[in-house]
Amino acid sequence: MTELLNVDQLQFTWPGDARPVLAVESLTLAEGEKVFLYGPSGSGKSTLLAVIGGLVRPGAGHLFFRGQDLAAMRGSQRDRFRAEHLGVIFQQFNLLPWLDLHANVMLPCRFSRARARRAGNVRSAAKQLLQAMDLDPSLWSRRADRLSVGQQQRVAAARALIGRPALILADEPTSALDSDRRQAFLELLFAQVEAAGSSLLFVSHDRDLARRFDRAIDLTELNTAGFSA
Amino acid sequence: MNLLGLAWRSLLNRRFAVILTICTIALSIGLVVLVEQLRSEVRQGFHRSVSGVDLIVGARTAPVQLLLYSVFGIGDATNDISWQTYTELKELPEVEWAIPMALGDSHRGFRVMGTSEAFFEHYRFGNREALRLAEGRVFEDLFDVVIGAQVARRLGYDPGEQIVLAHGTGNVALQSHDDHPFTVRGILAPTGTPVDQQLYISLAAHRAIHIGWESGVQRPGAGIDPDSARARADELRPNSVTAILLGLTTRAAAFGLQRRINEYRQEALSGIMPGITLQQLWRITGLAEQVLRVVAALVVLAGLLGMLTVLLTTLNERRREMAILRANGARPWQIASLLVFEAGLIAAAGIVLGVALAVVVQVAAAPWLLTNLGLHVGLSWPEPWQIGVLGAIFVAGLLVALVPAFLAYRRTLADGMQVKT
Repeated sequence: MTELLNVDQLQFTWPGDARPVLAVESLTLAEGEKVFLYGPSGSGKSTLLAVIGGLVRPGAGHLFFRGQDLAAMRGSQRDRFRAEHLGVIFQQFNLLPWLDLHANVMLPCRFSRARARRAGNVRSAAKQLLQAMDLDPSLWSRRADRLSVGQQQRVAAARALIGRPALILADEPTSALDSDRRQAFLELLFAQVEAAGSSLLFVSHDRDLARRFDRAIDLTELNTAGFSA
Repeated sequence: MNLLGLAWRSLLNRRFAVILTICTIALSIGLVVLVEQLRSEVRQGFHRSVSGVDLIVGARTAPVQLLLYSVFGIGDATNDISWQTYTELKELPEVEWAIPMALGDSHRGFRVMGTSEAFFEHYRFGNREALRLAEGRVFEDLFDVVIGAQVARRLGYDPGEQIVLAHGTGNVALQSHDDHPFTVRGILAPTGTPVDQQLYISLAAHRAIHIGWESGVQRPGAGIDPDSARARADELRPNSVTAILLGLTTRAAAFGLQRRINEYRQEALSGIMPGITLQQLWRITGLAEQVLRVVAALVVLAGLLGMLTVLLTTLNERRREMAILRANGARPWQIASLLVFEAGLIAAAGIVLGVALAVVVQVAAAPWLLTNLGLHVGLSWPEPWQIGVLGAIFVAGLLVALVPAFLAYRRTLADGMQVKT
């Protein structure tokens, strides 16, 4: 399998803090691989996602994404990288409440031409994804805040997947769902991630989910900064 | 949908606060436009009324006062000019025409002016337009009255109507000239000047109804009955007139004649050039106008600060919105420009609405100005510099939005991808 992501001797310190919150010696992710990352809160999950998402710049080390080092990029380059290659799903409140579902799903294509190009016809791609995520067409023109939490998370997944980004970052996307819907969500997500050929980095503290992934990583072991403190 | 579309949808989502903000800005813009428009329209209205007159002569008084009471019916004369002086001025070689004005009577709140045929023949208003009769004729009988367009409209008079004049111009306890009823003979076409607000009688009639009133009230039994007045019409003439409007053969003669009038030996006179006196008037009112302008500018500032407040308070609520946009590929500058777009939309809507508001108020205020000042206030397209001011206000709105835009920019950089609940 070809390598998508390669983290090498990465360190990150929030401005004003004395010691790093994140220190990762090595982490790799292959193209199309689904990786489960678990760890309690405070283990550096959010920081790791912000670094991989290109929102913050690591203080030391390298983060190669398809051979390009994010740590060496300027802010605007990282912005373009994120818009083009990443799909993001948060724990909750993923959607712009004042847009309808359809417009919410098309949002990433508005900020990246490459992504819009990959999606082809953006409108019908969004419709296909909404359909694939089991959302009834009668809901599509509704405002996003009129939906249940479970429906909102599926819309967020559809949005993350539009334009087939290389990597989907999911930050505890199922923690607001009950266990039945959690399973259903995962199934829908997996099917579409596979269809898009994307890799998935799925962060959660719910270890029960881990067995469905190609690989599981314990962040408390991965992040050496947490233990040096 | 582009960024502007996103800004629009986001505004729609907060329409209540946004509409209130737009209203605040619209009110302030309306005030600015109204102050400027009314100012220039009122000035134009005043100029229209005296555009054909070279000199106004009255008893010695302040120029502005003479101008206001003679042409605009604001205030009263303190003194009259003798008939002797009037005839002398009329005969001067450089005087082409002289319009006498004998004031002091009124009819249902409208001023009555005793004058000669010269008024109908020579008075010019606006762009050198002559007076025109809409109906009827000028004086035939001694007790004929010609009325202005607004008088006819407001009182509903047609030619042939019998009316009675009142002595004095005040509002209370007027004594009436009921022993000399007048007949409406002609109605002047509208001019949009104080001419529309007056009634016109001949000097002889003015004299006839005042025989026996020399002390200010009627001496019982001292009057003259209408028929004997008609018999003596040719020899009736007033002892004095209130003011005289002069038209000169050349405008250049005005300065010399004005000096001679002001140095006139037989009585104390004031001669004024209406254009110059209007400038003096504008210098007096200029201070008030400046104050109004400053107030209007401050109100605009308050409107823009109101917008800033709304944008800043929503900034916190919208922190999540911005994190979502950022996670989906929006760059910090795009998020910042969303706020600038929003401010631009609010400011533009406020300006458009404000101008509309000013137009509505102007249209609504026009009849009031016409009745109370005799000024015709029309709608005019804003002058280029006014459009420039509106453009500057729009730009100021965008600049104001740079504050929340900058905050949002910094915050999106600092927040990273965390979505705080």
